[in-house]
Amino acid sequence: MTKRTVQFKIYRYDPDRDEKPYMQDISVELEASDKKLLDALVRLKAKDDSLSFRRSCREGVCGSDAMNINGKNGLACLTDIDKVAQPIVLRPLPGLPVIRDLIVDMTQFFKQYHSIKPYLINNDPPPERERLQSPDDREELNGLYECILCACCSTSCPSFWWNPDKFVGPAGLLAAYRFLADTRDQATNERLDNLEDPYRLFRCHSIMNCVDVCPKSLNPTRAIGKIKDMMVARAV
Amino acid sequence: MVKRIVVGAHYGLRDWIAQRATAVYMAVYTILFAAAALGLPEMSYPAWHGLFSNGLVRFLTLLFFFALIYHAWIGVRDIYMDYIKPVGIRLALHVVTIFVLVGYAGWAAQILWRL
Repeated sequence: MTKRTVQFKIYRYDPDRDEKPYMQDISVELEASDKKLLDALVRLKAKDDSLSFRRSCREGVCGSDAMNINGKNGLACLTDIDKVAQPIVLRPLPGLPVIRDLIVDMTQFFKQYHSIKPYLINNDPPPERERLQSPDDREELNGLYECILCACCSTSCPSFWWNPDKFVGPAGLLAAYRFLADTRDQATNERLDNLEDPYRLFRCHSIMNCVDVCPKSLNPTRAIGKIKDMMVARAV
Repeated sequence: MVKRIVVGAHYGLRDWIAQRATAVYMAVYTILFAAAALGLPEMSYPAWHGLFSNGLVRFLTLLFFFALIYHAWIGVRDIYMDYIKPVGIRLALHVVTIFVLVGYAGWAAQILWRL
């Protein structure tokens, strides 16, 4: 790919300077080596250093650079710059308070994640070497543990927009099932109790926005369905 | 009351299953009723009356309305949960909705047994 110019329309808001948010039209010339949207953003930042966004690993592992790209949440570092329609409209993740430009306050998101106790609970004395699992039991954790907590899914979920303080959201529920499905965990009942509420789990109406946007191709809707199955199995 | 987020009402699963069970019943009833209505010799009041003088039809129809009302209650309450934030207003709306739906149930029974 040769040098080319890319047009952007970017959400800008600095609460210290701006009265209200506005959309900024800006373009940037890319070098031949620039492949991803994040490369273009780094070039933009060199041009206008007031532009703020989070990024770290630049390879889809840390989950920092999640943003709303042309109306759909995704990671800037995994988005092919030549495959998105121009002008590229960038907004912060929807539904969370904006700190500045494309940076949102993720407190509520992590509060929900922590509320499902995302760690193994096992009260047996630790074995000498390790807690073993059969290959089949381990298989069940595939598609669950890979979540990088970028918040693309939860912030694309209308139920999370309306009740972020009560609904756990797809990312938190995926993590909840990751521990419900773990044969080494002993807190199944407590975990199900924690979710058996009209808000915490059952705000999910399976519209699958989460599946649509997940940059790691995970399926929170399926995990939520399996939690519901476990609840039914426990109740009947 | 302190301003803390309180969750943990344990009826989430019950209502979720009830919503699905009532939906299945309504779907089955709709098919059976459509078949019965289309199987009538003619579309006239006496034929219609004859269909509903069957006790089983009345019973299944009344059950359909109960299912519809329970289903509607869960759906409407879901809407309130998403959009009505003040607890007082939500409780008032819950009460009004329940009264209206129970009224509809009585009305449906009255109509069925008057036919």
